[in-house]
This record gives sequence, structure tokens and C-alpha cells, in this order.
Amino acid sequence: MKKNFINKVTGLTLVGALAVSGFTACGASASSSDVAGTDEATVESASSAAGYRTLDEIKESGTINIGVFSDKSPFGFVDENGEYAGYDVYFAERIGEDLGVKINYVSTEAANRIEYLQTGKVDIILANFTVTEERAQEVDFALPYMNVALGVVSPDSAVVESLDDLGADDQIIVISGTTAETYLTKNYPDIKLQKYDAYAEAKTAFENGTGVAWANDNTEVIAFSLENEGYTVGIPSLGDQDTIAPAVTKGNDTLLKWLNEEIETLGTENFFHADYEATLLDTYGADYEDTLVLEGGK
Amino acid sequence: MASLGIDVLFKGTNFLRLLQGLWVSIEISLISVVLSIFLGLVVGVLMTVNNKILHAFLKVYLETVRIMPQMVLLFIVYFGTTRVFGWDMSAESSAIFVFTFWGTAEMGDLVRGSIKSIPIIQFESAWALGMDKLQTYFYIILPQTVRRLIPLSINLITRMIKTTSLVMMIGIVEVLKVAQQIIEANRKTSPNAAFGVFLVVFLLYFIVCWPISRLAAYLEKRWA
Repeated sequence: MKKNFINKVTGLTLVGALAVSGFTACGASASSSDVAGTDEATVESASSAAGYRTLDEIKESGTINIGVFSDKSPFGFVDENGEYAGYDVYFAERIGEDLGVKINYVSTEAANRIEYLQTGKVDIILANFTVTEERAQEVDFALPYMNVALGVVSPDSAVVESLDDLGADDQIIVISGTTAETYLTKNYPDIKLQKYDAYAEAKTAFENGTGVAWANDNTEVIAFSLENEGYTVGIPSLGDQDTIAPAVTKGNDTLLKWLNEEIETLGTENFFHADYEATLLDTYGADYEDTLVLEGGK
Repeated sequence: MASLGIDVLFKGTNFLRLLQGLWVSIEISLISVVLSIFLGLVVGVLMTVNNKILHAFLKVYLETVRIMPQMVLLFIVYFGTTRVFGWDMSAESSAIFVFTFWGTAEMGDLVRGSIKSIPIIQFESAWALGMDKLQTYFYIILPQTVRRLIPLSINLITRMIKTTSLVMMIGIVEVLKVAQQIIEANRKTSPNAAFGVFLVVFLLYFIVCWPISRLAAYLEKRWA
């Protein structure tokens, strides 16, 4: 009977959680347009329940949780010794150093980056996070540290130079939760998309020819075509020019302010150029340095 | 023959990391499997009890598990509980909770099916011999049920082991994620590595699942 009771409790809890999460999901989108005092209060308590940590709390605990990609070379990946490395990680290391805390890296996927911040399970996301209006409603972005646009890469034998040329059955590979997915769904609803959760899966699928092209941030597709024989970036820049920035939980002003100041200070020593030279130069060569790097948030 | 790119596994600590990842998968699945088997036996017996409220409740439970993809359950438990209640469950406990929640329901249903398949005469004979309900279940019904359960539950157990690959979505670095990391970090120097590394991962899953199915075959023979 005891086990039965435990089962009941677990079952009930889950059903409860389901119901409540459904409600809050609707509630959150509704209250963002409301400015009524009561709504403000519920949002406040909800976010403190989710528990982001202020700058002082992070310093006090001695550890900062930073969400990075672990399979997205050369921005965030794990090298052969099991250490995190890449452009984003180089910056993360500096953040840890300047805050005087240890870094706990959390391996994120494109699709769960916002969840991680909203639940306070990481303090900062430094995972090649492109700034968009929709995302800015969910999380707070700091000053940007990189430029990006969308790009489309395809095999040399059948280069896709315009999305209007695609045949009816042609599929484009995208990664769930990326700006490429959102952009194509919105602007080219007729194109069939093949969606993958992890970068490694998407690239492997693309190499095996399951789609005619792969759409992603242009940094990614340029790197791919430079690293792999037989691929051309037919569309190097699609849609708007975007930026990549660190993100923190909405409302975490102390951490956001510190990050912005940090990025401005680092600009004076050309930190991100050094970062590029240490991590991206091998992949992109010197030609893209000034196109990609943003110094001091400008 | 082109290089399979297995050599990337011998760079640095790559292979060790892959094994560590495998251990993470095994740990999560073993704990969940053991819990699911015991809780599943209890839930299965309860499913055969003639009580409308209990019946309805277990029905809702089972259907929830059937309808919900495991990935959604993982997100609800790991992120949802933090968002709604402010609980900060670790990713590992969330994973174990979800897999046990799933395993218990499916195991329970298998147990229910196995019990139902036992002829009513077995119950009646036991009662005729003067056994009470508990004794009937313990000495007569459950031993026969367990025998029928073996092939069914092996399918569930191996499926649970393989489904642990989903836990990468809540930040747990298990064997498949490590494989992806290795492939990705070496894509430039050995673009073929995907094939070799995934082949090794396939072998690792095989090494874990095969003994289980051998054990099942042995038990089936022994208890037949």
C-alpha cells in the first residue's frame, strides 16, 4: 500500500504540474501585454520562484553556470582532452576570470537555451545566441560580440543559389530552435524542412545527401564549406544582418549590467579580435575577421 | 576501404570520455529499470483490482505515459517543476524520475496483461486449497506471471536503455552526446569519423543490451 501511495503522489504531482504549466504558459504571454499591478506581482513571484541569481549571489557561491554548445566547433565544443573550447568559451573563461569565480559549463542544445535561462538553471547563455525580437521578449540580451546572417550551403554538383529555384520535393536541412528554422518557416512556408536537434546530426544528414541544402547561421555554413571539399555556400547572406550576444534571465539586471560593462571594457583591449585569432582564424581565415567580430558592443 | 575515422577515438581522452558517457546512460537506465520493475509489479496487480476510482486513476496515468513523448516529460519535469514550483531538481534525478514514471506504467500494463492471461482456475484452485488472496498471489499467480513477463519486459528494458539518449536535451552528457562532441571536434581532420564513432556507439549499446537478452533467455529456459 505504501508503494501505491507513492505512485499516487508522483502521479498527482505530474498531472498537477502539467495542468499548472499549461496555465502559466498562457498566463505569461497574456500578462506581457497587461500592465496591471496584479499581473506585475504574479510575474515577479514567478520569476523569483524560478530563481535567477544576482551578481552578488553568483560571486558569493563561487561558481557561475554558463550554457554553451558542446558540439558546435569552432564556437563551443569539447576538445580531445574533454575541455570546453571555442570562441564562446574563450569569452566565458574571461568572464569567470574577471568575476573571480569558477565556471560550470552546461551543455545546451539550440532548442533548450531559453528554457535554461527562464528556469535559472544557467546564469548566462553563451551559445552562439542570435538576438531576435521574439527571443528578447523571453530573455535579456547583453551587448553583442559577433555579427551573423543566415546562409545556405549545398553540394558543388547542385548549388542552390536562390530559394525560389527549389523543386517541390527538395528538402532543406535546418536545426530546431535556430533562426534559420524561424526565418524559413515564416518567409518560405512552402519549402519542406528537415529538422534535427543536434548540430552533429544535421551535418551528418547533410553529408549523406538527405536534403538539397543546409540553412543555418552563415558562420556555420561558411565554416562547413571551407572545411569540407565539394560544398559551396550558394547563398552567403539571407534575411537581415543579426548579431550574437550573451543572454541572461529576464530581469537579472545586476548581471546584465556587469556583462555590458565587461564587454565595453574588453573592447578597449580588442579582446574579441584576440578571441577570433585564437579560435576562429583556422576556420575562417583573416578575411572574415572584421566582418564577424564586434568589439565593445558596436 | 576508406578510413572509418575510428582513430579519432584514440586521441587524447576521447575513448575514456565515451565510456564515461556510457556509464551515465547505464546508471540512469539501470536505476530506472530496477525501480520500474518493482513499482510496475505493484501497479500491475493494482490494475487488476476491482475498484472504480483506482481503476480510473491508473487508466489516466497509463494514458498520460502513452500519449506523452518522453522528451516532453523530461522538459516538464526538469524545466516545468522549476518554473511552476521553484524546485531545483538535478538533471539526473529528473531523468530517473521520468524513466521510472514511464517504465512503471508500461511495466504495470505488462504485469496486468500477464495476470489476466492466467486461467481463472488457478485462482479458484488456490482458494479451494484454503489460501487467502495474498497467498494466492504470492505463491501461485506471481511466479507464473513473472515467467510470462520476461520476454515482454526485456523489450521494455532495452528500449529504456536506448531512450536515455534523450537526456542530452536536459544537459546530461551521455554516450551519444559525447560521440557527437567527438565527431564535431574532429570534423575538419577526419570528416568520416561520424561513421566510425557511431559504429562504436552501436557496439557499446549492443554490449549493454545483449547480456540482458541472454539472461532473459536463460531465465526463460530455467523457469519454463
